[in-house]
Amino acid sequence: MMAGSTLEIKDLHVEIEGLEILKGVNLTIKGGEFHAIMGPNGTGKSTLASAIMGHPKYEVTQGQILLDGEDVLEMEVDERAQAGLFLAMQYPSEVSGVTTSDFLRTAINAHREEGDEIQLMPFIKEMDKTLDFLEIDKNMAQRYLNEGFSGGEKKRNEILQLMMLKPAIAILDEIDSGLDIDALKVVANGINEMRSDSFGCLMITHYQRLLEYITPDHVHVMMQGRVVKSGGPELAQRLEAEGYEWIKEELGIEDETVGNNA
Amino acid sequence: MSVETKLPYDQDYVSSFSDKRNEPNWMKEIRLKGLELADRLEMPRPDKTNITRWNFEDFKHSVDGDKITSANELPDAIQAFLDTDKENKNIVVQRNNSVAYASLSSELKDKGVILTDIATALKEHSDLVEKYYMKDAVQIDEHRLTALHAALMNGGVFVYVPKNVQVEEPLQAVFWQEDKEAATFNHVIVVADENSSLTYVENYISHNDNEKAVANIVAEVIAHDNASITFGSVDNFAAGTTVYVNRRGVAYRDAKIEWNLGQMNDGNTASENVTHLIGDNSFSYAKTVSVGRGSQIQNFTARIVNHGKNSNGLILQHGVMKEKSTGIFNGIGKIEHGATKANAEQESRVLMLSEGSRGDANPILLIDEDDVTAGHAASVGRVDPLQLYYLMSRGISQEEAERLIIFGFLAPVVNEIPIEAVKNQLTEVIERKVY
Repeated sequence: MMAGSTLEIKDLHVEIEGLEILKGVNLTIKGGEFHAIMGPNGTGKSTLASAIMGHPKYEVTQGQILLDGEDVLEMEVDERAQAGLFLAMQYPSEVSGVTTSDFLRTAINAHREEGDEIQLMPFIKEMDKTLDFLEIDKNMAQRYLNEGFSGGEKKRNEILQLMMLKPAIAILDEIDSGLDIDALKVVANGINEMRSDSFGCLMITHYQRLLEYITPDHVHVMMQGRVVKSGGPELAQRLEAEGYEWIKEELGIEDETVGNNA
Repeated sequence: MSVETKLPYDQDYVSSFSDKRNEPNWMKEIRLKGLELADRLEMPRPDKTNITRWNFEDFKHSVDGDKITSANELPDAIQAFLDTDKENKNIVVQRNNSVAYASLSSELKDKGVILTDIATALKEHSDLVEKYYMKDAVQIDEHRLTALHAALMNGGVFVYVPKNVQVEEPLQAVFWQEDKEAATFNHVIVVADENSSLTYVENYISHNDNEKAVANIVAEVIAHDNASITFGSVDNFAAGTTVYVNRRGVAYRDAKIEWNLGQMNDGNTASENVTHLIGDNSFSYAKTVSVGRGSQIQNFTARIVNHGKNSNGLILQHGVMKEKSTGIFNGIGKIEHGATKANAEQESRVLMLSEGSRGDANPILLIDEDDVTAGHAASVGRVDPLQLYYLMSRGISQEEAERLIIFGFLAPVVNEIPIEAVKNQLTEVIERKVY
C-alpha cells in the first residue's frame, strides 16, 4: 500500500433520482489526517460518502474525485476499494449463506495478487486477534454476513473489516449511530488503532460524542449540499455547546437541508 | 386423456419381467394393477406446469450394468461422489438397473440395519417391504405416472433401521444411469422404526445430453414414533432425461423428517415432495435448491400436511434461473382440522440471472383449524444491487460478488449435505450450471 495517499474532492455535484443533493463539495484528505464532517440531518453528508464509494443510486453530474491523482469516478466500485478506499456503511447489507469469515477472506484476497492469497492459518490468527480487540464474540465469524446482527454488531463488523483490509483512506458513515457508550469506546479504539501516516480518515457524524474519543485534525460543517465551514477540533466543541444555529445566522441560511432527507 | 399413446409394455412383458427377477407374488400383482391403471389414469397436473407432452414413455426399460468388486473400479465421475478415504462401508451403487457394488458395515448388520437394493430386499425381506411398498405414502392409483411406476419399477434401495438403533454414519445410494437410454424407475424406501435415527443420501447421475431417457422415481420415507430421518439428495440427470420424482414422507408421533434436496437436473423435471405430519409433535423441514439453465422447465411442489397436534412443517425453496429456463416453486402448507397448535411456514425464492428466464414462487397456506400459527414469504428477482455494492466496496469483483451471493442463496441445502464428497459434487454442479 502506498504511504500517505491523498483524496481530493473538487466541486462535486451529485444527484439521486434527478434531485441534486451535493452542490459543489470541495475537500482534501491526506494520509495521517483525521477529518470530521458534521452537520444536521439532510445536508448531504451520507450522500458524499456514498458518491465517493460509487453507490449505484447516486449520479455524479459535475466535479472530480481523485485518489493520488487517479480519477476515482472512472473506477468500478471494486476498483475504488482496490485503489485504497474504504467505506464503513451506515446500513450494511445482509448476505445470507455467506459467512463473515469467508467474506473477509475473499475480500483480503481480492487485494492480493493471484498466487499470493492469504493462507488459512495466518488469516484465522489475524481475524481472531481483531475480533478480540473489538470485543466481538468469535462465533460471529461463522455467522452469515450481517444476518440477524444487532445494530451494534453491524458497526463492529464494519470496523473489523476496516482493520483487516487496512485501506489508505477510510470514510466512516455515522459509525457512532445506535451505539451505547461502551460499544462506542470499543469502535473508537479500533479506529484510533489505525492511525498512522499512511492512513487518512473521514468521519461523518452529527454528534460531537464520537469526537470525544477520536480527536479530528479538521472539522467541516455541511449544509445545503456544501461544506460551509471548516476548522480545527475547537469547531466541533463549539457545535456541541451551541448547536448549528450560529453558523446558519452567520451565513444567512434559513433551511440547511437539501430538498429531501439525504 | 385423448392424446395418450399406447404403452409399449404389456401384461406379458410385465409378468415375465417380474418372474425373471423371482419377485414375490404380491409384487407381481402390484405391477399388473399398475399397468392396468396406467392405461386409464390421467397425468398428474402440477400447478402452473403442463407436463402432458413431456416424454415419459420413450425409453429402454431393462438394462443391466456390470458388477464390480470394489468401488475403485468405478469411473472417476462416479467415484467423486464417494468419500473414498473413509472407505464407504455403507453404500449401494446402482449401475443402470442392477447393483454394481454394495457394502454395509458388519457393525450395522449386527444391529439389524438393512441397506440393500430393492430386488434383494424383495427376496430377503419380502414381508417388511410389502408393509411399506406403496401403502401409506404413495398410492398406485394417484395418476398415470404412479401407476406406470408401479408397473415398471426396475431399481432402487430399501433402508430399514430397527427400533432404538441410532445410525450415526450416513447411508448412501448412488444411482448411475450409465446407458444413455436406460429408464430409471427407482423405488426407494427408507424406514426408521420407533426411537431410531438415520441419515440417508442419494445421488442420481447420467450423461445423456442428447439421447432420450426417462426417470420415474418414488421415494417413501417413514419415521415411526420418535424416530428421526435426514434425507439428502443430489439429483443430476443430464438434459436428455425427463424426470418425475415423488419423494414422500410420513412422520408419526414425535418423529422428525428433514429433507435436503439439491435438485440439479438438466432436463425437464417435475418434483413432488410431500410430508404428512401424522403424529402429535411431529416435525418436518423440507428444503430444496435448484439451478435451471438452457431451456429446461422445472416444477417443484413441496407440500407439508399437518395432521397431528403441535406438528411443525417448514418449507424452504430456493431456485436460481438462468438463460431460458423456467422454474415454478409451489410451497404448500396444509393444516387439517384438529391439528391444534400446529405451525406451517413456507419460503419460496427465485433468483433470476437473465431476462429470458422465468421464475414463479407460490407459497400457499390452506388452514382448516383455528388454533394454529403460520407464515409465508416469497420473492422473485435479480441479484440485489445493494448486496453487490456492499461486497464490491471491499474490493471483490462483480463476478466473484455474484458468485458469493448465489452460493449463499443455495447454502441452506449445500451446508446440510453430510457426506463431504457429495457436498463437493453439489458445489461443483452448481458451479458448472451457473457459469
